[in-house]
Amino acid sequence: MSDVRDLTATAAAEAVRAGELDPGELFEAYRARAAADELNAFTWVAEEPPVNGGAKEAPLGGVPVAVKDLFCTEGVPSQAGSRILKGYRPPYTATVVARLHEAGAPLLGKTNQDEFAMGSSNENSGFGPVLNPWDRSRVPGGSSGGSAAAVAAGLAPWAIGTDTGGSIRQPAALCGVVGMKPTYGACSRYGMIAFASSLDQAGPLTRDVTDAALLLRHMVGHDRHDSTSLRFPEEISLPSREDLTGVRLGVPEELTGSDGGVEPGVRERFEATLRQAEALGATVEPCQLPHAPHALSAYYLIAPAEASANLARYDGVRYGLRVDGEDGLLAMYEKTRAVGFGAEVKRRIMLGTYALSSGYYEAYYGAAQKVRTKISDDFRAAFERFDLIATPTSPWTAFELGAKTDDPLAMYLNDFCTVPMPLAGIPALSIPCGLSDGLPVGFQLAGPAFSENRLLEAAYALERAIAFDGSAARA
Amino acid sequence: MLEYEPVIGLEIHVQLKTRSKMFCGCQVSFGDPPNTHTCPTCLGLPGALPVVNERAVQFGIMIGLAFGCEIAERSLFHRKNYFYPDNPKAYQISQYDIPLCRGGHLGDVRIHRVHLEEDAAKLNHLGQSGRIHGADRSWVDFNRAGTPLVEIVTEPDISSPAQAREWLTVLRETLRQLGVSDVNMDEGSLRCDANVSVRPRGTRELGTKTELKNMNSFRFLERGVRAEIERQISRLHLGESVIQETLHYDPGSDSLTPLRSKEEAHDYRYFPEPDLGPLLATSELIAQARDELPAELPVQRAERFERELGLSAARAQELAFRAELAAYFERALAAAQSNGVGEVDAVELANWIPQLVERIGDADPGESKVAPESLATLAAMVKAREVSRDAAREVLTRLVEEGGDARAIVEREGLGALSGDEDGLAEIVERAIASDPAAAEQVRGGNMRAIGPLVGYVMRETRGRADGGEVTRLIRAQLGLG
Repeated sequence: MSDVRDLTATAAAEAVRAGELDPGELFEAYRARAAADELNAFTWVAEEPPVNGGAKEAPLGGVPVAVKDLFCTEGVPSQAGSRILKGYRPPYTATVVARLHEAGAPLLGKTNQDEFAMGSSNENSGFGPVLNPWDRSRVPGGSSGGSAAAVAAGLAPWAIGTDTGGSIRQPAALCGVVGMKPTYGACSRYGMIAFASSLDQAGPLTRDVTDAALLLRHMVGHDRHDSTSLRFPEEISLPSREDLTGVRLGVPEELTGSDGGVEPGVRERFEATLRQAEALGATVEPCQLPHAPHALSAYYLIAPAEASANLARYDGVRYGLRVDGEDGLLAMYEKTRAVGFGAEVKRRIMLGTYALSSGYYEAYYGAAQKVRTKISDDFRAAFERFDLIATPTSPWTAFELGAKTDDPLAMYLNDFCTVPMPLAGIPALSIPCGLSDGLPVGFQLAGPAFSENRLLEAAYALERAIAFDGSAARA
Repeated sequence: MLEYEPVIGLEIHVQLKTRSKMFCGCQVSFGDPPNTHTCPTCLGLPGALPVVNERAVQFGIMIGLAFGCEIAERSLFHRKNYFYPDNPKAYQISQYDIPLCRGGHLGDVRIHRVHLEEDAAKLNHLGQSGRIHGADRSWVDFNRAGTPLVEIVTEPDISSPAQAREWLTVLRETLRQLGVSDVNMDEGSLRCDANVSVRPRGTRELGTKTELKNMNSFRFLERGVRAEIERQISRLHLGESVIQETLHYDPGSDSLTPLRSKEEAHDYRYFPEPDLGPLLATSELIAQARDELPAELPVQRAERFERELGLSAARAQELAFRAELAAYFERALAAAQSNGVGEVDAVELANWIPQLVERIGDADPGESKVAPESLATLAAMVKAREVSRDAAREVLTRLVEEGGDARAIVEREGLGALSGDEDGLAEIVERAIASDPAAAEQVRGGNMRAIGPLVGYVMRETRGRADGGEVTRLIRAQLGLG
């Protein structure tokens, strides 16, 4: 075998299980690469392989997983990309991570991210930006930018991230990997440091669709520690479908028209992919999601409102950073938070605090919740006519570092196509559908709640037809 | 000058006696070494999530059913946001616009609502101030954090400090008998705040209210509310107005000090807790809660004593609101009926319970040396005039000291009642009149108050065995007042 890193994670797992590959050697190959990371994708890398001999029997075959820093991992720094949690080592491990460990995927390292998952470029990390392996002058997307870049660059066989408004799918698109946000409640949120509790979901970032299916299979399921987690109604199966015969694809005009500001190169790849879908037997027709254009406004009220409460606990009293003030308790709170949080986090805390304030609640938070219901209704209506909905994942390819940092609203527009799905709680994934000016473009598919298998099957058929080559980023 | 009447409503926090905390599996404890019952959830660690304790919900429903509340099929948890070191998430999970229970009443006080929430951690301050401001050092004990609480809010139906205290006693007894809480004010498992306002007597409109905190005993509640009513009335008499504020009661000085306005100016920014779905009180859950209710709670027991046994309302409540008194009373009543100690009058028997309490204090009479049968016998003997009331009190004192049978003590001590005909009582009365002609003359002249010394003479002579009514009758007869 020339380089174990040429194998997909699924293939590597099979090789280990077949006794053809030593899991220790596999771990060390990735560990060495991750330790030599030049992209700033990792915030912590394991020093030694795990001491368990069960890899051969385990379904995930000892193939190590890179974990977004937002997940708590016992005894290992879990800082959510924030200086306020610098050095924080939690006393427990997130359920999703623990499940992956049990299934035979040890922890390779913790990946960099936008602070508390707030951002679309990874430039909001308290530990420096991540670089895009396709072009190191560009961003990897965010907030799970470290996970996306690590998988794209071959620093990790696979990774997990979290998606609140697009934080898995958008960096997957910008880095040319597969990223999936499951149905809300499919994966436990226990131990996932909260950004916006009603939207946050864990999901896989992988080299291909099969890897995503295999990883997701061992992430989903009810957790007694998370009352919003659900029993997944079926097993996630490894996709095998090679055509799309009979699949009805809806293309929402509201998300693909001129409003979204989709770049010509992205539009071209998106439409070419739709034609490939037709060639595979799918029907492609326009559909309507009338309230989808308001999703971004609703999202930027609901998510900051929840975040303002979720992030209030970082007060310097018990863990993480503490900056003492001259004048007692209040000064300590203020200084700790002033020093510990970055600008974007502060902006969203302010937005959310305002949206929940007495006298403004109905006009902002209340109204946003009504829009959210309308968006869910739109999807429900659309799925009566269509099996899946297709959009570009991001209106743009990876942009230059610093290009949008002075304009938060322009940055927020990145999420235009990815935000409606989490508001409706439905699953969606992004697969690479080619390059535009040498940079990857993402193709997004969304389906009804618990249609993960349907999504993975369709994505698998498209993936074969597209035959995207990501090896340039791994060089 | 205008006369004012107080209007009082209470807000009571009750720690529920569940095995584990409201939103995690940690043990509910009191007095254990600090921070020994904690986990990521009750410490508010990043990533931790709450899961509702179903037993606490059941207790909440039981309380609601006991008050005759309407139980919401679907209620919501909200986040109540504020920064304080005892609040590790910087929000408390509580209920807001849709509480678990609404309406209902306990006795003559209506219940506004009953909702579930979690308790805060316990702060300890080192330094002279004893409070966080000016403390040298403060430390937090998270054992209490996340303990299940119900908050019970009454309507402003209470009209005196004494009534507030009495009603809280009934509430405590009711909760105790429900088995949902230790209801111990010293340990903080029962805590009471009061909303107090005054208004011109006879008017309907409510005055500006203040909220009183830190009244951590029944006595302090009564005293704190009384002090606040006096303070408000004196302000109004001086032409000043009452300011809406929260006041801290200091039992040492019996004074009320406003909490700093900074501490008070809260916008809690309530919003539905996204980590928890709606709380569904299923008919199954409600049925289970109903099954666990005791057959009869204090208020119903008092009503039954009044209705079926003819006790006065005050006596009925006095017995029913202390379970051990009521149980003792009912045992005595039953024993009397089965043992045939004589005709038992429930009212007479009930009147002897406070006599017993006077002698044994807060102890359970069931644990005393006075057997219920014995008290029943004593009451029956009094009723049958076989022993005078005064003598019976002495018998009771003996029973408390040594136990035994009431009739045996009466016989042994020769305390049986004297009657005018058989025991020479008429003769003693004659001597009494002769010994104090001045008093006799006054009585004859119509001044009945002057009869006291004459009766007293007879009682001394008979060592209390004479029946007071009989003695009076004989004195009057002998003085020709028949």
